[in-house]
Amino acid sequence: MKKQAFLALTFALTLTLTAAAQPKVGDVLIKNGTVLTVTHGTLENTDVLVRDGKIARIGQGLRAPDGVEVVDATGMYVMPGIIDAHSHIALSAVNEATNPVTAEVTMEDVTNPYHIGIYRALAGGVTTSHTMHGSANVIGGQNETIKHRWGFTNPDDLRFEGAPRTIKFALGENPTRVHGKRGSSGGKAKVPATRMGVEAVLRKAFADGERYREAWDRYEAEKKRNPRAVPPPYDLRLETIADILRGDVLVHCHSYRADEILMLMRVLRDFGVEKVTFQHANEAFKVAPELAAFGAYASVFSDWWSYKFEVYYSTAYNAAILTRNGVVTSVNSDSGELDRHLYHEAAKSQRYGGLTDDEALALITINPALQLGIADRTGSIEVGKDADLAVFDGHPLSVYAVPQMTFVDGVRYFDRERDPDDVRLFVDPEASLDDGATTTRDEHLHELEAVGDWLFHLK
Amino acid sequence: MNLLLTLAFALLLQMQPQSRDGDVPKGYQGTFAITNARIETVTNGVIENGTLVIRGDRIEAVGADVAIPSGAEVIDAAGMTVFPGLIDSGTQLGLAEIGAVHETNDFREVGDLNPELEALSAVNPNSVLIPVTRVSGVTTVVTEPSGGLFPGVAALINLVGYTPEQMHAGGVRMMTLQFPAASRRGFFDRRSDEDLKKAAEKALKKLNDVWDRAVLYARIDSAYHAAPNPDHKPEYVPEMHALMPVVRGEMPLMIKVQREKDIRAALDWVKERGLTNVVFSGVAEGWRVADKIAEAGIPCLVGPVLSTPTRAYDRYDKAYANAGLMRQAGVKVALRSGESENVRNLPFHAGFAAAYGMGREEALRAVTIAPAEIFGIADDYGSLEPGKKANLFIADGDPFEPETQIRQVFIDGFKIPMTNRQIELYKEFLHRDEGRLTPVKVVPPSN
Repeated sequence: MKKQAFLALTFALTLTLTAAAQPKVGDVLIKNGTVLTVTHGTLENTDVLVRDGKIARIGQGLRAPDGVEVVDATGMYVMPGIIDAHSHIALSAVNEATNPVTAEVTMEDVTNPYHIGIYRALAGGVTTSHTMHGSANVIGGQNETIKHRWGFTNPDDLRFEGAPRTIKFALGENPTRVHGKRGSSGGKAKVPATRMGVEAVLRKAFADGERYREAWDRYEAEKKRNPRAVPPPYDLRLETIADILRGDVLVHCHSYRADEILMLMRVLRDFGVEKVTFQHANEAFKVAPELAAFGAYASVFSDWWSYKFEVYYSTAYNAAILTRNGVVTSVNSDSGELDRHLYHEAAKSQRYGGLTDDEALALITINPALQLGIADRTGSIEVGKDADLAVFDGHPLSVYAVPQMTFVDGVRYFDRERDPDDVRLFVDPEASLDDGATTTRDEHLHELEAVGDWLFHLK
Repeated sequence: MNLLLTLAFALLLQMQPQSRDGDVPKGYQGTFAITNARIETVTNGVIENGTLVIRGDRIEAVGADVAIPSGAEVIDAAGMTVFPGLIDSGTQLGLAEIGAVHETNDFREVGDLNPELEALSAVNPNSVLIPVTRVSGVTTVVTEPSGGLFPGVAALINLVGYTPEQMHAGGVRMMTLQFPAASRRGFFDRRSDEDLKKAAEKALKKLNDVWDRAVLYARIDSAYHAAPNPDHKPEYVPEMHALMPVVRGEMPLMIKVQREKDIRAALDWVKERGLTNVVFSGVAEGWRVADKIAEAGIPCLVGPVLSTPTRAYDRYDKAYANAGLMRQAGVKVALRSGESENVRNLPFHAGFAAAYGMGREEALRAVTIAPAEIFGIADDYGSLEPGKKANLFIADGDPFEPETQIRQVFIDGFKIPMTNRQIELYKEFLHRDEGRLTPVKVVPPSN
């Protein structure tokens, strides 16, 4: 009996220990490349040794331990794997557009590991993506942070284990159009139809979340004295909002206009929420000092503008202005096309505002890592961090640079030399080969997504 | 005496060099000498250290030993390179302002049969998108209508001018044909192969019916003009009238086609109809039938280069490599961005095409001399040669590289003010609170 209990305990412990581990880790020695650490300068002719998926050593003349493959990176550039802070790839649904507040919904339920976009982004040096709820609602669903472990078909295996929870907010034209226009999203128009309404929805949701949290705190205290205390009703939506107020869920807010950016900072300050990343934030440059003072982050496009009225007064110099004013800024894609060349999007900050090489590279590495709360694990080449690395045959900020290899947790998931003809994980036996239209169901749904920002890029 | 004074005053105004602070920036023509420059002529190699002279709207001289005309405005381009203005062979610039606001978009009319529509008339010379575009070195674009079978006539425009006529480049107009697509419309299009085939045949029949009527209309018109009789004037049908020069081979036909199946069908149709004045536009799967396109001698306006592959099982870089593969097979290729607000990215599309197999030299040709030749205006556009239009720019490096700054652009000989709303916003907001004496209140609390 005791032996059985002991075995059961050991088994349970093993389960918990392995539950948070990566599905696969690798060893490799990347030799003699130009290593762009991003946080500690550029190291010429330098080796990076990876053991068990972590960066173990960085130096010159390193020797490969037994059984560790050597990759000759002579003449090549090694940079941290690119992090895309705004993506909708690998999702079979994007918007729960049925209510202005849907905090209870989560992208965890719709992660699709079969999506070819995962591989295509890998081939562009991306190792981590923040796959997000859409911008239909003022408070949308919770997002996922995934690593591009192409080939694993269990969605849990893509999850960036230990990454903080994040949630999608949206301000401005999208939620006011989806909910405030009669006929959209179920017939009757409802608040918000204006930016005033957006603020009201936020304040009401936070106030409700505050009361919910207080009721549960009171219950927890009373339960200690009175085991027969009656709990308040459980509500996952309010529970999630309470978690935001507790600081357990990071807010990522789709926003454009300077005034709505200021509005959200005021609301967050009133409810004691200290961290926020403004997504897109095309007019963030107009309130850069305010953003810096709050400690808010910004995740922006390199040059998308004029697809809606709220982005008519944009500037491609946005990222540079924000950086120069002390705001931690990243450049994101919000697109399964753009995420294949984020290294090039970051480089545009050199044409539009003269950012240095390290500043430009930070936009797609350490800065998005900070915004996603994973900077202790990734975003730069430092000993102890995850071996998420991208190797290019030229400096990544050059338009002529071609990504050669991409490693996630030290495993080589993309190699241009060995790129197979067809990388699909699932082949629909009924799809015709030569009629030309072979978009998957998910890609098609994306295209129909009524409020995805990129729908408005009319080409 | 009055006339003399007026002339003198006009001359003085014309000689104003830069605009002062607060003045409205305007382009101006004159005589310019760009000196100490590296010059990439595109058609006559690279001049490592030379001078380029502009007079009026033309390049007067290019060379290592060119004399600077007296009175010329001298631009010292030491350490910099001069390039021909870039040409984008497919955009909606001037026809589109804000994607989501349909009142601002003028490229898609109601109905399928609109060959008589002229995109040029609807171009907004004051579009905010134009100054944002031209500081990138893109000086000239095809702007095109879309939708339906015959959406209208596309035009080539220079990005300077106060009226569409002033902008119209080389008089280039092209009839646009959206070739009937036989492909599935997407995942949820669950029609059987049989039904798809029937739909494709029906669409092609519609095209052939229209074309046959246009041919007949042209014959009636010819017959009438051989023996005009005011009592028997033929009926005027605007759509047929617009197609007349096309069926006669006098106006180029720009066929928009993407998929392999449709490209093959278009090649057959062009051959069947005996058409010679044809270009293809889009051609995303051109690499699959490049040899056939080359054999037919049809030039292609290819792009956008920065696209995802058309098929899920295509290699990930197929769209980048497409233009280069077609060029290697012997197809004449020009690049198009397909953009409206980001035509400024054309040099980067070219850079990616170069990196994924086309090579930098061919990619540069694909945005300069190749489109000029395709549109029949190579005597005036596409390279830096004496006598050609002064469409050019000075850059401190390779214009395909993001780190390069474009220093000065000339279009139609106008020295273009190197600013736009995005640059003005940069200047204002880089150090927003400089010049304040009273302190800034940062995010005041609401209560």
